[in-house]
Amino acid sequence: MAKIIAGLASSHVPAIGAAIDNKQTEEPYWKRVFSGFEKTKQWMAETKPDVVIAIYNDHASAFSVELIPTFALGTATEFPPADEGWGPRPVPVVKGHPELASHIATSAILDGFDLTIVNKMEVDHGLTVPLNLAFGSPKQWPCPVIPVAVNVVQYPPPTGKRCFDLGRAIRKAVASYPDDLRVVVFGTGGMSHQISGPRAGLINEKFDKAFLDGLTKDPKKLAAMPHLEYMREAGAEGIELVMWHVMRGALDDKVKEVYRFYTVPASNTAVGHIILENAGKAAKPAVRKKVGGRKAAASKPGKKPARKAA
Amino acid sequence: MAKAKPAEEYEDIPGTFVFNAERSRQGYGINMFCMSLMKEENRKAFKANEAEYLKKYPLTAEQTGAILKRDYNRMLELGGNIYFTAKLGATDGHSFRHLAAVMTGSTQDDYAAMMLKGGRSVEGNRSKSGKYDKPAKKAAAGGAKKAKSKSSKKRK
Repeated sequence: MAKIIAGLASSHVPAIGAAIDNKQTEEPYWKRVFSGFEKTKQWMAETKPDVVIAIYNDHASAFSVELIPTFALGTATEFPPADEGWGPRPVPVVKGHPELASHIATSAILDGFDLTIVNKMEVDHGLTVPLNLAFGSPKQWPCPVIPVAVNVVQYPPPTGKRCFDLGRAIRKAVASYPDDLRVVVFGTGGMSHQISGPRAGLINEKFDKAFLDGLTKDPKKLAAMPHLEYMREAGAEGIELVMWHVMRGALDDKVKEVYRFYTVPASNTAVGHIILENAGKAAKPAVRKKVGGRKAAASKPGKKPARKAA
Repeated sequence: MAKAKPAEEYEDIPGTFVFNAERSRQGYGINMFCMSLMKEENRKAFKANEAEYLKKYPLTAEQTGAILKRDYNRMLELGGNIYFTAKLGATDGHSFRHLAAVMTGSTQDDYAAMMLKGGRSVEGNRSKSGKYDKPAKKAAAGGAKKAKSKSSKKRK
């Protein structure tokens, strides 16, 4: 049977993609950001998921204002990078997993989630930047990726609770898929940012850090936060954080926080990142080798840091 | 005729135009024009004759003016959305950060320096009315409840 072994959340700032594409990752400004993902790449290389389910938002690339699906699940065999105004990013085409994706669509819809099904879709930085952060810049992405696009562009996005429950529905669907697949779910977007209007540049580090804490320890309470609070406290576009609840809902109630990273700024925004593993037997093969230690801005989570040797 | 709706609470957030269904409807032409700039041939055609190119879209004179003047805040006010208008910025060769600086009325250097210092503080930037001058809650994981009780008290 397939199972979800871990979740990862990360900001998906377009300028991070531009820094990669323009080979600026060694410049001090960007090095500060990218060094926070070294351990992530190592963790990914050791975890070797068979499939990634990536929760992200489209930034007016595949969906304009003609059609605004709240939750859109990509069931295609591949998803080419979109031209966002500068030409498509020079990243590999994202290969899907149509069988698992269709299975999730069927299961989730019968479970009460009226997903939009997408058989043709280009994907933008919202999806490809987190793939770079997790996998670096390989010639091909190492595993199939199922994109789930969430509307956070036109107000209102789905509630945090609804996002969390979608995660639950995805978890149930994956658990009933017959092949032995190890799945990692990505939540992307955020953290603090406002990129529009006179209040642009807003950063609320306190809010962001509390959000990271809540995501690990008390996700249901966190998911109950009203939209107004995201917009007021974390910036108008900080509301992208609702997508992290989908990832969290797909995991067990109790998770092990293996890693987190936070830095300000990347362009206009804060960059936040966290890796959570399902505790207990389900997570056993999640990390096959010990993840090496690292210091710097990368902080070990609170108590009993997550270092797993098996 | 539809009756006037009470103001949404998010309208109290300073310096912010929430892209709701009403703005989406109002700004359809702006956003669909921006969307067209995802194609290289359209970017060229627009740059060759901006005013002529804009005639293809359902825009008010005000909206056309805001686009031609690159008045990004006005575009947002008239129903543009930043993820769309950023494509106009990209067509001009500008990044999101460049546009953000423009929208805040800062120079590029000042804006970049503000971000390096940790960004714009949320203190004093939560509400126009001053209703939320303190954090609405102790922690994100904490109380939405608290925020509510506080605001309802002040609402008298």
